[in-house]
Amino acid sequence: MSHQYTIALAGNPNAGKTSVFNALTGARQHVGNYPGVTVEYKEGLTQHQGQSVQVVDLPGTYSLTAYSPEELVARNYLIGRRPDVVVDVVDASNLERNLYLAVQLMELGVPLVICLNMVDVAKTRGLKIDADKLSRLFGVPVVSTVARQNQGMSELLAAAVELAESEPEWHPLNISYGSDVDQGVDEVADILQGAQERHGLLSARWLAVKCLEGDQEVIERVRETPELAEKLLPVCERVAGHIKSTMDDDPDSIIADYRYGYITGITRQVVTSEREVRMDLSDKLDQVLTHRLLGPLLLFAVLYGIYNFVFWASEVPVVVLENFFGWLGGAVEGALPPGVLRSLIVSGIIGGVGGVLGFAPLIAFMFFAIAIMEDSGYMARVAYIMDRVLRIFGLHGNSVMALMVGGGLSGGCAVPGVMATRTLKDPKARLATILTVPFMNCGAKLPVYSLLIAAFFAHRQAEMLFLLTLISWGLGLGAAKLLRVTLLRGEQAPFVMELPPYRAPTMKGLVIHTWERTWQYAKKAGTMILGVSVLMWAAMSFPGLPQEQDAAWQKRIDAASTASARLELKSGRAQDELAGTVAGRAGRALTAITAPLGFDWRANVALVGGFAAKEVIVSTLGVAYSLGEVDPEHSQSLSQRLAAEPAWNSLKAFALIIFVMVYAPCLATVVMIRKETGTWRWALFSVAYNTLIAYLLALAVFQGGRALGLG
Amino acid sequence: MTPEVTLRQLRPGQRAVVKKVGTGGELGRRMREMGLLPGTEIQVIGRAPLRDPVEIKLRGYNLTLRNNEADFITVEIGEAL
Repeated sequence: MSHQYTIALAGNPNAGKTSVFNALTGARQHVGNYPGVTVEYKEGLTQHQGQSVQVVDLPGTYSLTAYSPEELVARNYLIGRRPDVVVDVVDASNLERNLYLAVQLMELGVPLVICLNMVDVAKTRGLKIDADKLSRLFGVPVVSTVARQNQGMSELLAAAVELAESEPEWHPLNISYGSDVDQGVDEVADILQGAQERHGLLSARWLAVKCLEGDQEVIERVRETPELAEKLLPVCERVAGHIKSTMDDDPDSIIADYRYGYITGITRQVVTSEREVRMDLSDKLDQVLTHRLLGPLLLFAVLYGIYNFVFWASEVPVVVLENFFGWLGGAVEGALPPGVLRSLIVSGIIGGVGGVLGFAPLIAFMFFAIAIMEDSGYMARVAYIMDRVLRIFGLHGNSVMALMVGGGLSGGCAVPGVMATRTLKDPKARLATILTVPFMNCGAKLPVYSLLIAAFFAHRQAEMLFLLTLISWGLGLGAAKLLRVTLLRGEQAPFVMELPPYRAPTMKGLVIHTWERTWQYAKKAGTMILGVSVLMWAAMSFPGLPQEQDAAWQKRIDAASTASARLELKSGRAQDELAGTVAGRAGRALTAITAPLGFDWRANVALVGGFAAKEVIVSTLGVAYSLGEVDPEHSQSLSQRLAAEPAWNSLKAFALIIFVMVYAPCLATVVMIRKETGTWRWALFSVAYNTLIAYLLALAVFQGGRALGLG
Repeated sequence: MTPEVTLRQLRPGQRAVVKKVGTGGELGRRMREMGLLPGTEIQVIGRAPLRDPVEIKLRGYNLTLRNNEADFITVEIGEAL
C-alpha cells in the first residue's frame, strides 16, 4: 500500500515510544531488521483524514552519536531516508535528559515535532510544564500526550501531518559551545564548506561538530575524500589539542556540557516545580525490591512464581491442543489408505508440527511473564541486583536480559537472546554472553524436558523445571567464566544504566509483545520444523526393509495365533525397519560414542535431528517410537510410552535432559551467532564447546549415578 | 567549605553536587549523555544487595553505576536527607 508521508519516531528508551507507536498503528505493524545489522526495525500504517501515513519506530537512544549500533541506525535512517517528519517522544517527567536527544535532532536539522508524553506522571510529581512556551523557545510544534491512555494521539498525528504538508526544509539549530569550541567549529566548517556537495544536505557546521566530537562514522566518511581529509583532520587535531590544553577537557565533553547548559536554560523557563518530591513511590518501592535481604529473596520468589503461573495457566490449552492434534492424526489415518502418503501426513507432518505447536501456549505465557517484567521496570532492577554477581563471571548486569530472553526463565529462545546482547557495549562481555545464552532453557528444550519429566518425574514437575533452571544458570555462568579467563580475557565496559520508574504495564503493550514473540516461535515451528520433520520422516522411512525380510515378518505375523502376539511381532518389525533406515544407521554408528552416556540409537537419532531445532527431538522420538504401529496403543502419548519402555529409567532420562540442555545450539542460533559475531569461527566454536561440555556432563551424570546405584 | 569526596563514599539519602567527571572515553561520554556532569545535583537512593552498584537520582530520574565508575565522580556533599 502506498502512503503519503513517513513519520519516524525517535526517543529515549522508557519514554513511551513503543506506547506511542502502538497507539498510532494498532495491530498494523511489521517487525523486521535493519539490513546488515540486527537492530529491530518496526513500521506500521495509520490514517489521517483519508491520508495513509507510514510510521517508523527508530531504536530507542539517549543520544545521536555513533557510539552504539542503535544510535548509528537511528542517525543513518534520518540522514539516508529523510523521513518527512521526526516525532521525538519525550518523557515529560524527565524532561532535561530527554531533551538532550531532542536538541541533537534539532542540531541535525530534521523537521521535528515534540511529543511531550506522560504529562500525567509529570503532574503527579508536581511538575508543571508550559508546552506552548517550550514550542516557542524551540520553534517546533509540541503536543502533550498520555500515549498509554491514547490521549493526544490524534492531535499528535495532526501536528505531524500538518508539518509534513508544509514540506519543511532541514533547519539545523546552532547553539554555542563556548568561544573556544565555536572558533574551532567555524574553522573546520569553513574547510568543509568547499566540499559541501559531497555531503549531501548535511550542514557543514553539523559535520564540523561531529569531527571535533571525534565521531568515528563521520571521520570515516571524510577519509573517503583523501584531499579533504588531508586538509581537515590535522586542523581537527590541532583544534582539539588546543581545547584540551586551555580547558582541560575533551571537545566532546565540553560540547555535551554546553548542550545540557542550553537545555537547562530552556527547562528553567518552561518547568515549574510545585513541590519538591525527594522520594516518590517508585523510590520507596526500590527500597523494598532492591533491599539487601528482601531484594534477592523477592527476585527468587518472582522467578519461582512465574513457573507456577505459566504451568498453571497453560495446562488446559496444552491439553486441548494435544487432543486436537491427536484427533486430527486419527481422522486422517481413518480417511486415507495405509501407505507412504498416510505415514507422511500422520507421522511426519501432523506429529511433528503438532508436537511443537502443542507447546505454544506454554511459550506464550512465558513471554507474557517476561513482558510484564520488562514493561513494569522490574527487569532493570534484576540487572541492578545481579550485576555484582554476574561481574564475577565476567558478564554484565545487562547480560541478564539476553540470558532471560534466551531462556533464563525457561521458555525463551536463544535466537532473540543472542540478538538481545546488542545492548552490551563491551565486546568481550558481549561475546561471552552470546556463548552463554545457548546454555539457557529455551522454549524448544521445554517440550523435551516436559516429555521426560512427565515420564519419569511426573510427581515433581514444577520443582524439576526449577532445578533445571538453576542447573542451566550454573553451567552457563561457569562456561562464561571459563571463557573470560581464557579466550576472552580483558577489562570491562561501562555499566551506567537508567533505572526506569515502576509502572503498571498496559494490557495492550503486553499482548503486542507476547504476540510478536509467540508468532516468531510459531512461524519457526510452522516452516523450519515442518521441513525438518518431513526430512526426518524420510530419513526414518527409507530405505525400508528388503523384500524377503519384510515377507518373512509378514509370514510370522499372519501365523501368530493371538492378537497380543501379533502386536508384539508388528512392533518388532517396525523397530527392524527403522534400524535399517538412514537415520537408524547413523544412530547406530553413534552408539559407540554415546553408550557410556546411556543413549541408544533412537536417542542418538533424535539428538542429531535436534541440531536442526531442539523441538525436533520430541517429534523424532515420537516418530521413532510410534512409526509403523497401527494398533490401539497408538493413542498413547509418547511420555507414557517412554515410561513403559524397559530400556528407559529416570537416570538415563536425566542424563539426556542435561545433554539436551547443553549440547550444540540449534541451527538457527548458530546462524545468529555467526551474524552477531561476524565470523563463523565463534559459531563453530559454540557448537564444539557446548557439545564437549554436554558430553562430559552427561557422562558424569550417568556413570556417577550408576556408581551410586541409581537407575 | 565541605570536603570533596567521590560518589562511592556517599551514603544512601545523601545529596551532593557533581564537581568533576574525571574520565573521558566511553565511560565519560556515557555519563555525560545521561546528564551526569559538573553542576548536577545528585542524591544517593540506595545500593544493590552486594553494596554495588549504586543507585542515584539526578535530573528527576534514577541512574545506576558501579562503584568503580562512581570513583571518577568528585562531588561536594550537600545537606543530608
